[in-house]
Amino acid sequence: MVLGGLLALAAAILLSLLVGARSVPLSSLWEAITAFDLTLADHAVLQSRLQRTAAGIAVGASLAVGGAAMQGMTRNPLADPGILGLNAGAAAAVALGVYLLSISQVVEFMVLAFAGAGIATVAVYAIAARGRDGATPVKLALAGAAITAGLSSLVHALVMLDQASLDRMRFWQVGTLGARSLVDVALVGVFMLVGLVIVLVMTGTLNALALGDDAAVGLGVSVGPARLRLGAAVILLCGAAVALAGPIGFLGLVVPHAVRLLVGGDYRRVVPLCLLGGPVLILVADVIGRVIAPPAEVQVGVMTALVGVPVFITLIRTRRQVGL
Amino acid sequence: MTPVNAPTTAPPAGRAGLPSEPAASSTAVRRRRRTRGAVIAAVTVLLLVALMTVRVLVGTPMVYADHALRAILGEQLPGISYIVVESRLPAAIIAVLAGIAFGLSGTTFQTLLRNPLASPDVMGVSLGASAGAVIAMAYFGAQGTTLFWCTLLGGTGVAALVLLVAGAARTGTGGAVDNRFVLVGIGVAAALQALISYLMTRVNSQTAGDIMHWLIGSLSTSTWDRVRILALALLVLVPILAALLTRLRILQLGDDTATSLGLPVPRTRIALVLVAVALTSLTVAVTGPLAFVAFLSGPLARIIAGRPSVSLAAGIGALIVLAADVIGQNAFGDVDLPAGVITGVLGAPFLLWLLTRGPSPGEGK
Repeated sequence: MVLGGLLALAAAILLSLLVGARSVPLSSLWEAITAFDLTLADHAVLQSRLQRTAAGIAVGASLAVGGAAMQGMTRNPLADPGILGLNAGAAAAVALGVYLLSISQVVEFMVLAFAGAGIATVAVYAIAARGRDGATPVKLALAGAAITAGLSSLVHALVMLDQASLDRMRFWQVGTLGARSLVDVALVGVFMLVGLVIVLVMTGTLNALALGDDAAVGLGVSVGPARLRLGAAVILLCGAAVALAGPIGFLGLVVPHAVRLLVGGDYRRVVPLCLLGGPVLILVADVIGRVIAPPAEVQVGVMTALVGVPVFITLIRTRRQVGL
Repeated sequence: MTPVNAPTTAPPAGRAGLPSEPAASSTAVRRRRRTRGAVIAAVTVLLLVALMTVRVLVGTPMVYADHALRAILGEQLPGISYIVVESRLPAAIIAVLAGIAFGLSGTTFQTLLRNPLASPDVMGVSLGASAGAVIAMAYFGAQGTTLFWCTLLGGTGVAALVLLVAGAARTGTGGAVDNRFVLVGIGVAAALQALISYLMTRVNSQTAGDIMHWLIGSLSTSTWDRVRILALALLVLVPILAALLTRLRILQLGDDTATSLGLPVPRTRIALVLVAVALTSLTVAVTGPLAFVAFLSGPLARIIAGRPSVSLAAGIGALIVLAADVIGQNAFGDVDLPAGVITGVLGAPFLLWLLTRGPSPGEGK
């Protein structure tokens, strides 16, 4: 299974490097690796696509693993950074930064995106957990949607007051892999790596948590601290992904479910495969977005929504009792 | 152009609490409730009339009350007639009508789905209307009537899709249908958001500004034509909704109980959703999506009246839109902020307050 995943990833990377508005033949790729020459058009294209592919791998892995961790720790099959308001929190924080501080650096975007994502996640969970029956999937989704609606109307008000902010925001808000240098990817990648390691180490704990709090305690897991650590990892992963690519929805939802269909619910197998599946899906979505409506390019955030919404709806329809 | 009867358009909002008593325990309680309802209704109407007066008279330039009255009665006063009759008066009336429509549709959704968060602006209906409008503006440069129809089509189309996908034509136990409806609505809303974000990157800076302005919602383009459209819509839809209110209350007892009481559950649910969606989409088509009005009216009315009240929710909605417009027009010196900015910026913290406030007794989950 892992071997198949690796092969799929290699194929996706090749596609992402070669296909686009200007197709590059395989021979040029070989030349570029052996004797790189920036004056050749093909090589320049390859360089920009390499950056884009690196960003895609980082974002895809983070979102898929973050989504899996989120679903496991909240026992909520519908958890996703887009649905639970995390993306909206990051977007609102970035909009405030763009408007008040005129920021434009990826590092600055990243700090704000982290802060916004963290605050929004805590707020959504706190709101949904009120009441007798705790944080059910429906209540979590509604709290996330309400926070998203609230924050996006704030963002609208901000960008309406200032045309320059609007122009910067509208291109950030759609979620795209282009225009990110390798330095940016490496910088954000550090945070992603920390988050990934935490989740990979804690897959056994995720299995225990998925059985319910009581069972987890019985298995010797201290539930509170475990949630806290996993929550921090989720915010690191998804916050970094938003900072790098803008808000990308549904990827964190779709990949873990697809992987579960293949290997079952054991997080010790789900998480590593998400690590491969996330990049595959995002790269393929990005490639399709490049060629689907020439000469324009459909951003990857739109493509993942196109794939993700049908999956989301199927999940709802097949699960008779959504309350779980 | 017969604006003579305009100031009397407010009262429909004021009939708070007439037929909405649940089986009251004693006549004393009932009488006390009725008195309270009457007081609240009177205060609401008074506030509405006062705010409408302010909207018509205050601004640049200020207009004397007698001048405004003479202008409304048809006298030609240079410099005043146009501002009062063609600009401020229609804006005030549209504010009231839009508020009523948003309040009614919001509280219908929240009651039907038994959750104060489940208002049309959270669940994709408003976004469907918005997406229709944005597509029309981005690709066809639509304005006026075309834009109106595209918005209406977007809102009702998305709602029909959500109803269909959520399987609303069947009955379910334990609120399963309602939960599906909420979740599908949220998923579709997220997809529409992505679509709107994408369209925003496909247009030039100028159009993006226009679209953003529309997406916020304002009353600055109010004309008598739009007043007529909205008034006609309310005239048709409000009686239908009123006729369905008793059934809505029965539906709240749960699908099983309602079925055993002889209520055709799926049909009733679909009818209620469609009426509420028509109200929202029509209003969004006229004013743009004024954030949070539909969301806040119902819960606020409940806090004020001490129990759910559909008619008070309509009144509160009208008050919110009117107050937001007055604030936007006058509070920031030379800058006229659209009403949607005010409802959005003031509404967001209020939403948080409402959410962190403990569930009041008798409130559902």
